[in-house]
Amino acid sequence: MSGEQMRPNMAERVGAQALAGVRYCGGMTLLLGRSARWAFRGLFVPGVRFGREALAAQIIRIGMRSLGIVVLVQVFIGVILALQMTPPLAPWGQVDKIANIIGVAGFRMLGPIITAIVLSGFAGASIAAELGTMVVSEEIEALEATALNPIRFLVVPRVLATLVVTVLLSIVADIMIALGGYLAGLALGPEVHVGYWQRMREQLDYRDFFTGLFQAGVFGLLIGLIACYEGLKVKGGAEGVGRATTMTVVYSIVAIIVAACLFTVVFYIYEV
Amino acid sequence: MSPTSEDNPSREPPVVRVIDLVKRFSGRAVLDGVNLEVLPGETMVVMGPSGCGKSTLLRHMIGSMWPDAGRVDLFGRDLGEMSEAELDQARKRFGILFQSGALFNSMTVGENVALPLREHTNLDSDTIDIIVRIKLELVGLREALDRMPAEISGGMKKRAGLARAIALDPEILFYDEPSAGLDPVTSAEIDHLIMDLSHKLGVTSVVVTHEMDSAFRIADRMAMLDCGRMLKVASRQEFEDIRDGQVGKSPASDLIRQFLRGESEGPITARRLSSGYAEDILSVGGGEPTRSESNDA
Ligand SMILES: Nc1ncnc2c1ncn2[C@@H]1O[C@H](COP(=O)(O)OP(=O)(O)OP(=O)(O)O)[C@@H](O)[C@H]1O
Ligand SMILES: [Mg+2]
Repeated sequence: MSGEQMRPNMAERVGAQALAGVRYCGGMTLLLGRSARWAFRGLFVPGVRFGREALAAQIIRIGMRSLGIVVLVQVFIGVILALQMTPPLAPWGQVDKIANIIGVAGFRMLGPIITAIVLSGFAGASIAAELGTMVVSEEIEALEATALNPIRFLVVPRVLATLVVTVLLSIVADIMIALGGYLAGLALGPEVHVGYWQRMREQLDYRDFFTGLFQAGVFGLLIGLIACYEGLKVKGGAEGVGRATTMTVVYSIVAIIVAACLFTVVFYIYEV
Repeated sequence: MSPTSEDNPSREPPVVRVIDLVKRFSGRAVLDGVNLEVLPGETMVVMGPSGCGKSTLLRHMIGSMWPDAGRVDLFGRDLGEMSEAELDQARKRFGILFQSGALFNSMTVGENVALPLREHTNLDSDTIDIIVRIKLELVGLREALDRMPAEISGGMKKRAGLARAIALDPEILFYDEPSAGLDPVTSAEIDHLIMDLSHKLGVTSVVVTHEMDSAFRIADRMAMLDCGRMLKVASRQEFEDIRDGQVGKSPASDLIRQFLRGESEGPITARRLSSGYAEDILSVGGGEPTRSESNDA
C-alpha cells in the first residue's frame, strides 16, 4: 500500500468527522430515549423502582459541591457587569438603568449559562469519571449480569440530578448576579444603588425568570447526557477515563452555548 | 456422580449450550466456531492459554456480549432471541464471579452483597442483613462487612464478589479464574466452596481457570480452548490420562499435555516461536499488522 492511498484526503476527513458527529448525536438521542423510558416506567409502572434515594443522593452530591463556586462566580459577574456598564451609560445620565440591564441579562441568560458551565466542570466531569471508572473495573458488566439495567440504575438518577441542580442553582445564580450588581452600585454611587431593587423588579416579569429556568433545565439535561454517554463509552483503562472527563467538559460547553444561541434566536423571533 | 457426554448425551438437556460461536474484535476472530455443552449439576472447567478467549466465551454465556455468528442457549432458550425482560429474568437465575471481582466501589462489601437482594426480592432489610452475613460467612469474609472495596485485598475482593454472585441462590455459577492470585489455602477453600455449592445445592458451575491443581480437584468435565477453538471437551478422567500419558499420540493431545503439565517446551511454545517473529520484523514501516497482541491487562 502506498502512502498516497493510506492518507485520507481533506474531503474524506471532513466526511469522516461529519459521520462521527452524526453518530455521536445518534448515540446521545438513543441514551435520552432510553433514560426517558426508564424514568417514565419508574414513575408510572408498578414494580419498577424509581430510585428516589439514588436521585436524592446525586442531587446532594452535585449541588452541595457546586453551590459555593456558583455563588462566588455569579457575584463577581454582577460586579463586573455593573462596573463595565458605567462608562458608556454615565454620559447619558443613565447609570440608574444598570439595575434593569443586570436584571434582564442575569435572569435570562447569564445566570443559567454560567451556572451550567460551572456544573459541566463539577458535575459533568465527575460523572464521566465515575462511570468511566465503573466501565474499566467491570462494574457496569456486573450490574447487567445482576439484571440491573445501568441506564435505570446509574444514568437516570444522574441525568435527573444534573437537571434539577442546574435549575435550582440558576435561581441562586440570578439572585447572586443581582446582588453583585448592587454591591458594585454601593461603590459607584447613589444613582446606581438607591432604588436598585425597585427598578429591577419593575423591569422583570415572570417570562424573564421562566425562560431562564427553562434554558437551565435544557443545559442540565445536556450536561447529564453528555457526561453519562462519555463515561459509558470509555475504552482502554485510566487513559480513557481521563479523555472522557475532558471531552465531557468540552462538548458540554459547546452544547450549552449552541443551545443558548438557538433559544435566544427563537425567543427573539417569537418575542418571548 | 459425574455426568459425561459419552454415557448420557441426551438424558438431560444442557443448561448452557454454545453453538458454533464466532466473535471477532476488529476483524480478528477471538472465538472461531466454539461449541460447548454444560449439563445440569456438573462442574465444567474451561482451560486455555492467556488471551485465548476464555473470558470472552464467559461473557457470551451471560449475555453481555453478542456473537458475530452462532448462538448461546441458556436454560434451553436462545439468549439472542430473548427480550430485555426475559434476559433479566434469566440473569436472576445465574451468578457470575468476574476475574477482577468487579465489586461496586461506591458501596461497602455488605451493600454489594445486599444489592441483588434489595433490588430483586421483597425481603425486608432485617432478613437481607441476615442473608448477607450468611453469604459473607460462607466465603470467610464476615469481618469485612462494613469495609469499602478499596480497603480490602485482591483475594478478599474476589471472595466478596463470590458472596454477591451467590446472593440470589443461583442455578448456574460462572467463575472467571476464581483462585488466581490467591494463596494456596484460600484457593483450596474457594475450591471447596465451589464443590459444596455444586454437590449440596446442585448448582451448575462453569469455571475458567489456569490453576491445574484446582481444575482437577473440582472438575466433572473439562474443556480446552486454544486460539479461539475448542480443542477438546471430555471427562476429567480423560484429561488425567492425557496428562499422565505418553507424548506423540496426536498433535492436539501433545498441546494439551504441555498445558496441563505447565512445561516450558512443547507445541505451544514452538508455535509461538515460529509464527509472528518474522512477520513482525518484516512488517516494520508499512503494511497491515499481521498480528495484534492482547492488551487486556
Ligand atoms: N472488548 C474487547 N475489545 C477488543 N478486544 C477484546 C475485547 N475483549 C477481549 N478482547 C481480546 O480478545 C482476546 C481474548 O480475550 P479474553 O479476555 O477472552 O482472554 P482470556 O482467555 O480470558 O485471557 P486471560 O486468561 O488472560 O484472562 C484478547 O486478545 C483480547 O485482547
Ligand atoms: Mg480472562
